[in-house]
Amino acid sequence: MESIKDKVAIVGMGCSQFGELWNKDAEDLVIEAAYEAYADAGVGSNDIQAAWVGTQKGSTAAGTLVSPLKLKSIPVTRVENACGTGHEALRNACYGLASKSFDLVLALGVEKLKDAGFGGLGAAIGVDKWHPTVGYGTTPPGRYALAATRYFYKYGLSREEGKRTLAKISVKSHHNGARNPRAHLRREITVEQAMNAPIIAWPLGLFDACGVTDGAAAAIMCRTEDAKKYRKDYVTFKGFGAASGPGMGKILTSYDYTWWDETEFAAQQAYEQAGIKDPRAELDTVELHDCFSIAELVATESLYLCPRGKYRENIDAGTFHQEGEIPINLSGGLKSFGHPIGASGCRETYEIYKQLQGKADLPSRQLKNPRLGLAHNQGGHPGKFVCNITIVGLP
Amino acid sequence: MAGIVSFGAYVPLYRLGREHLASTWGGSAAPGEKSVANADEDSITMGVEAATDCIRKFPKDSVDGIYFASTSPPYIEKQSASIIAAALDLREDILTADFANSMRAGTNALRAALDTVAAGSAKNILVVVSENRIPAPNSEYEPLFGDGAAAFLVGNEGVTVQVEGVQSITSEFMDLWKLPRERFQRTWEDRFVVEEGYLKIIPQAVAAFLKKSGLTVKDFNKAVFYGPDARRHGDIAKKLGVDPKTQVQDPMFDRLGNTGCAFALMMLVAALEEAKAGDRLLFVSYGDGCDVFSLKAGDNIKTAQDIRGIKKHLESKALLPNYGKYVRFRELMEWEADRRPADTSALTVLWRERNQILRFHGSKCNVCGTIQYPLQRVCAQCQAKDDYEEIRLADKIGDLFTFSMDVRAMVKDLPNVMAIVDFEIGGRFYCILTDRDPDKVEVGMKVEMTFRNLHDGSGIHNYYWKARPIRC
Repeated sequence: MESIKDKVAIVGMGCSQFGELWNKDAEDLVIEAAYEAYADAGVGSNDIQAAWVGTQKGSTAAGTLVSPLKLKSIPVTRVENACGTGHEALRNACYGLASKSFDLVLALGVEKLKDAGFGGLGAAIGVDKWHPTVGYGTTPPGRYALAATRYFYKYGLSREEGKRTLAKISVKSHHNGARNPRAHLRREITVEQAMNAPIIAWPLGLFDACGVTDGAAAAIMCRTEDAKKYRKDYVTFKGFGAASGPGMGKILTSYDYTWWDETEFAAQQAYEQAGIKDPRAELDTVELHDCFSIAELVATESLYLCPRGKYRENIDAGTFHQEGEIPINLSGGLKSFGHPIGASGCRETYEIYKQLQGKADLPSRQLKNPRLGLAHNQGGHPGKFVCNITIVGLP
Repeated sequence: MAGIVSFGAYVPLYRLGREHLASTWGGSAAPGEKSVANADEDSITMGVEAATDCIRKFPKDSVDGIYFASTSPPYIEKQSASIIAAALDLREDILTADFANSMRAGTNALRAALDTVAAGSAKNILVVVSENRIPAPNSEYEPLFGDGAAAFLVGNEGVTVQVEGVQSITSEFMDLWKLPRERFQRTWEDRFVVEEGYLKIIPQAVAAFLKKSGLTVKDFNKAVFYGPDARRHGDIAKKLGVDPKTQVQDPMFDRLGNTGCAFALMMLVAALEEAKAGDRLLFVSYGDGCDVFSLKAGDNIKTAQDIRGIKKHLESKALLPNYGKYVRFRELMEWEADRRPADTSALTVLWRERNQILRFHGSKCNVCGTIQYPLQRVCAQCQAKDDYEEIRLADKIGDLFTFSMDVRAMVKDLPNVMAIVDFEIGGRFYCILTDRDPDKVEVGMKVEMTFRNLHDGSGIHNYYWKARPIRC
């Protein structure tokens, strides 16, 4: 088994405006993200030899991607893995290049959520087979809140202490997102606001939940030996991790809801491929899957970026802020930048790509000389995840 | 001889104080409170509760039939007894039948069970009587009607309550009725209904029964009889000549209400819970005639009294905070259209997974012993394929491992408490926690399983199991 490290490069990326985009449909978002990526790489639709499109709610590959972009009749694969969809597109595109079946490909994630007529995603969306009784009544916040309740209990946090710790995560996300021009929720909040916000699913309140967002993000990729044809400051894939769990968290009593097993397994794969021994010291920036504040907390620990059960001390010390030891979700994360389901994995990678190039849209958001970043994207729910991890870095 | 082997009862957790009705509609409040089924309860689920209370100590396979009685069955066409039999995990080669349409349906079922056993057609028949009538808002019935259930195991071995005699009369007298398309009861002028019907028919039937059996009312320790309300119940006591202080079984109007065809039988369970060996009971139900029984507690009555019954269920209660909550539970209003997709169901899934959905069977791996729910063909622990036995989890106690309380879920009783329950014997269940006080839900609390209606998607009552804090 060979490592993917440095075999494939990203030579262009694009990201649409994220938000509640009442006047844009999925086609508009696809065009916006793809054409920015084309311009960034200096290519056009006719140069693309194959494509992978990730969407949970869209239609076929033809309907979602080929039709709006008027691509020629090329191989296009639609992938779907709930909220982990974006990285599926990236990873599979990467393998298509590594196999030398194609030389230049497009990976794009897109979701149009805000035509639904209601807030939130509804019940039990896309993560389990539908069933008339088993799991009935469950919602995404209700499922993630199970982890928060257990984490508080396990580590002896009072309800107040637990809520305060989660609030600090959301305050950080909003602080970062407020300074990011393409983010969905661009408003600073305070710990008190977060703690006192209306409850969605106890213990999670309004500010513990990410935005329900429209958006798309795209990447143009080639093998690394061809990358210089397109640009000097390309970035390369250093490692992938992908772990689909058997989903026995709601069946086996050994699962304890304070740890994402799939994230741990995916991280082990990705760190090994990338040659990372001490992720907290070696990674310069991390974009992780924070659909809820508790998801950021548990993912941070499961990625070994913080000792287990010690998140509270670390967030209090500022470890995960822009100026901290390991900045997490500098973009604002799913929380503040927004979470169009199929797009998020690509969007996380977009943030790291721009940071590595030193091209964060505002100088105040730019990290100093980052070399290595990790994007973490997962679908499902605690106890039954598909997790994708993508590590990208300078060549 | 055929008699009552065991008995049990169920009263839902929730009660509505009658002052809420007075403050909503005006007028003076009738005293006390009435029992109210939770939003996820109906006559089938309450019947399962009462039946469970009744047969807890008996092997399930000894039950040869279920006679279910209710004037408020969840399905007008589709048997309820068969659903109850599945929820109780009974054998399939049994007799099931529904009795309906009359305030006397409960005792009709009891008589039929006694006759079935006497005839030798079955050794044990489980009689389940349950009522969840919805009175018209602001009607005379609204403060009066309560919800609840009773169950009796009728058999000819291990009888704890002997049936000394039974007499039935029929009457075409019309007092309370409902047309197929109507939601609420109709009635006639109160004076006619009570004076010409209730107050005449019961005394005549009892007199005829006493004459035939050579007994007088003095021969009975307790008289247990139906009454439409407290005042009329008292009137009958006078007419029968029983001593209201010592002989009349408390009709519980102030804390239960009139539970329709289950009412007299619930009073009977309450009486039997207190009965001493040798006590003789006059038991009378009413509706379209009258059923009169003479019952005698056997020397072994104590062995049947270890139940939750009426007493413990009445003591264990939660008061609804206002009339609005009751309106929501009983769907008495038209609501704002939901913008989220409606619930749906699939009979095919409910059928092929009936063992895990209704009978609540999980799998226990024959190789490593791990208990798993839902049933897993490939063991989650050791990957053994198709090598398990089915194990029923409905009667198992669990600990609340973690929970969340969703205030935005599409359910009638918010917050929707989602729970991870770890059974004491092993195995985990992801479910809804019902009959709970949100302020008192905590990790580690003990819970038990309860059979409920999850939702009505696709016009189907989607029955399933939930957890609840141990009731009593």
